[in-house]
Amino acid sequence: MTFAEIVKFIETKAPGRSSIIEGKEVVLVSPADWSEISTLLKNESEVDFDYLMCISSYDKGDNKTFGAAYNFYSIKRQHYLEVRVETEDGTTIPSVTNLWKTADWHEREAYDMMGLQFEGHPDLKRILLSEDWEGYPLRKDYKEPDYYHGIPVPKDKSYWE
Amino acid sequence: MEEQTIDKTVFETGEMVLNMGPQHPSTHGVLRLKIHTDGEIVSKIEPVIGYLHRCFEKHCEKLSYEQIVPFTDRCDYLASMHMDHAYSIAVEKLLDVELPERVEYIRVIIAELQRIASHLVALGTFGLDVGAITPFTWAIRDRERVLDLFEALCGARLLYNYIWPGGVSHDLPPKFVDRTLEFLDYFDPQIDEFNNLLSTNKIFIERTADVGVLPPEVGINFGVTGPSLRGSGVDFDLRKNEPYSIYDKFDFDVPLGEGTMGTIGDTWDRYYVRVLEMRESAKIIRQACAQLPDGDVGEAIPKKVRPAVGEVYGRYESARGDVGFYIISNGKNIPLRVKMRSPAFCNLSVLGEIAEGWMISDVIAILGSLDIVLGEIDR
Amino acid sequence: MNSLVDILLNSFSEMNSVLVLSVVLITSGVVIFTIMAVNALVAVYFERKVSAFMQDRLGPMEVGLFGFKGGKKFWGGIGQTFADAIKLLTKEDILPKDADRFLMILAPFIIFTGALLTFVAVPLAQNIVISDFNIGIFYIVAMSSVGVIGVILAGWSSNNKWSLYGAMRAAAQIISYEIPIGLSLLLVVLVAGSLHLGDIVQWQADNRWFIFHSPFTFLAFFIYYISTIAETNRTPFDIPEAESELVAGWMTEYSGFRWSLFFLSEYANMLIVSIVAAIVFLGGWLSPLQMFNILPESWMFLDGPVMGFFWIMIKAVILIFIMMWFRWTFPRLRVDQLMYLCWKVFIPFALGNLFFVSLWELLV
Repeated sequence: MTFAEIVKFIETKAPGRSSIIEGKEVVLVSPADWSEISTLLKNESEVDFDYLMCISSYDKGDNKTFGAAYNFYSIKRQHYLEVRVETEDGTTIPSVTNLWKTADWHEREAYDMMGLQFEGHPDLKRILLSEDWEGYPLRKDYKEPDYYHGIPVPKDKSYWE
Repeated sequence: MEEQTIDKTVFETGEMVLNMGPQHPSTHGVLRLKIHTDGEIVSKIEPVIGYLHRCFEKHCEKLSYEQIVPFTDRCDYLASMHMDHAYSIAVEKLLDVELPERVEYIRVIIAELQRIASHLVALGTFGLDVGAITPFTWAIRDRERVLDLFEALCGARLLYNYIWPGGVSHDLPPKFVDRTLEFLDYFDPQIDEFNNLLSTNKIFIERTADVGVLPPEVGINFGVTGPSLRGSGVDFDLRKNEPYSIYDKFDFDVPLGEGTMGTIGDTWDRYYVRVLEMRESAKIIRQACAQLPDGDVGEAIPKKVRPAVGEVYGRYESARGDVGFYIISNGKNIPLRVKMRSPAFCNLSVLGEIAEGWMISDVIAILGSLDIVLGEIDR
Repeated sequence: MNSLVDILLNSFSEMNSVLVLSVVLITSGVVIFTIMAVNALVAVYFERKVSAFMQDRLGPMEVGLFGFKGGKKFWGGIGQTFADAIKLLTKEDILPKDADRFLMILAPFIIFTGALLTFVAVPLAQNIVISDFNIGIFYIVAMSSVGVIGVILAGWSSNNKWSLYGAMRAAAQIISYEIPIGLSLLLVVLVAGSLHLGDIVQWQADNRWFIFHSPFTFLAFFIYYISTIAETNRTPFDIPEAESELVAGWMTEYSGFRWSLFFLSEYANMLIVSIVAAIVFLGGWLSPLQMFNILPESWMFLDGPVMGFFWIMIKAVILIFIMMWFRWTFPRLRVDQLMYLCWKVFIPFALGNLFFVSLWELLV
């Protein structure tokens, strides 16, 4: 299926729940509708997105809008879709771990790096950074700490030259 | 008579939590596995990662597009060319540049050589994991020849920084094609020898056949890709399914696990798919070398990489699976966000699922057959 | 006068008994230790060169000794094992903080004692033996199982989960594999009618080598040989050490001198089981040339008592070489497969063997 066909399919199954970002082949879904749309993408045999490739978190830079981009692929039907879920003011995004197990670690990573909260995730904790790390490093307003456990964090060349 | 009381707790047995890693010879880097065991039987595995986290994605937000290439090298250090290639493809998609044909051919030759080198390490270390030492040295001996070719190509042996967005850093050195073909002629019999030594060894088959079966639907659900998924019989290879670069011009097969020695998707299948893939890579290299056109490799390299506002998800079939680069550009020469989909990251997440109920020795064999590289998992 | 102990006792018989005893003990101990040390030095170098040959490498080739310069020749790194030995002895002695200190220090000595005591009854040629027991085989089998106590102690006292796993695996494995070894040797004892190693070789001189004696003794040799590989913890049965799984199993926490005692004992055990196999199944110090009778009479200096040491060593070295060959070829078995092999394959076969060889002896 092409992108237009997939969008049409989603629109017939769940009218008005999703939109298309202008000029891009990306479906935008609000967090409130995401669990319904994700179930649709996974379970309907016409689209059959059995393979969740990647969840990329991003920061729009205005200190309140964060998003997660989901890249789907269907191994059976060989088509591709990108869905974005954007959250403002720290609202939670429904977790899709029960549909795709890939989401487990990817959501943990998005939480770890960008501070996205996923509702319904079985064990949402940091994955790459240590458990006691403060802040979410990939946010645009992240300030590097001066000390970590009493060890000074090198900021410029004078620390190692 | 006084009734004798027995302290019942004396006879109770409990689970033991075994901490495998971060320093352990078979975790292929600094992976830590919290293994809950009952005797030798493993009841639960929790992988703990992040010991090799080098802030790749954070660095990318401070560096220009060209400067990121050396960092991608260091993600999957056993298949650096694949990382360069994957990243370059994504950036080229963003820039919308047309590459000279020679560049595409060179990239395919290099990528397939790299696939052979990477699989050799995977097979050799898998041999080490199940206790056979000689296959490792044989594999490393043959990989050395590939590294020699790469050294002639770009001067580096491990982290190449060779494939750039828009082209490659140097043209092929003189006689490179001859040396490559010479290597392939040498290498084909070596695969048979390797099979004799390890693949068809009775003890090796006992250790790996029927062990750690990965059912195809579980594999897809966990996002397992690459040889690990193809070992379960799923015909999914981006080089065939979504041909990037010029892979549609070559004639090659996608080896799948067939359950020759046991169940489809067992550890032996995952191992053997890699052996067969080396042959297919050799086939592709021969074809590419025969068709290699002339041309200038540098003509498409942009002077300044400054893509328009937008984002791209570039996909690539690396030695470990489906690498993805999700790049968001805001029109500057520095990307707004680079997210890397690491295949080994997803492949490792399935370990807890398929290794439960097996013994400690099997966990190591299963982990080896997933062929993880921690540099790529932790980024 | 056919053993070292006898000779010593006779030559010092006029001294008082305490002195005699200490002289005998010290002399025998020093002799055995020298054999073990030389064996380890040679075997380690041999193994490294063999493995290098099998793996397309050069092996040790830097440290020359006695005027041999380093290089790509076979003797290129002949000083390497000496250097390694010195390094091991001068290394820092590390005991983990929470380890059981007494047991941890004791364990290597128990293992070493096991190997040392076994050597007492192992002849290196006719009449070249520390003490000539009339129950030689029995003594060797008994003493070689002392080491497993040390292994368990080492694993337990290290206070390390990996070591504990290694120790438990080792205990299960070594004790299990003693049964097929015992049964295979019993077969020979049954046929030869003696536990004395000299008598067994004499029987082979009178009749034929045991490996060629009957189909059952032929089979028994292989059961014995494979089981001894398991007994000495060599690949493919090295699951107690399993460097890729258990790091080094029960040896994880040991270093320096104590670890080198393990090492010494391991190579000594290899030599012991190979010599025993050579004596019991391969005609011991008998020359293989005798068997075929193809050489002219004037070449007979090649066999006979003087050449005994040479022939027994040749046989033992070939067996050791095959052990090394296995190690550098095979992957490692899993612990349940190892137990399966012992209890469901070797022991039934060995028992059947014992029964059939009895019939064979009655009928043939």
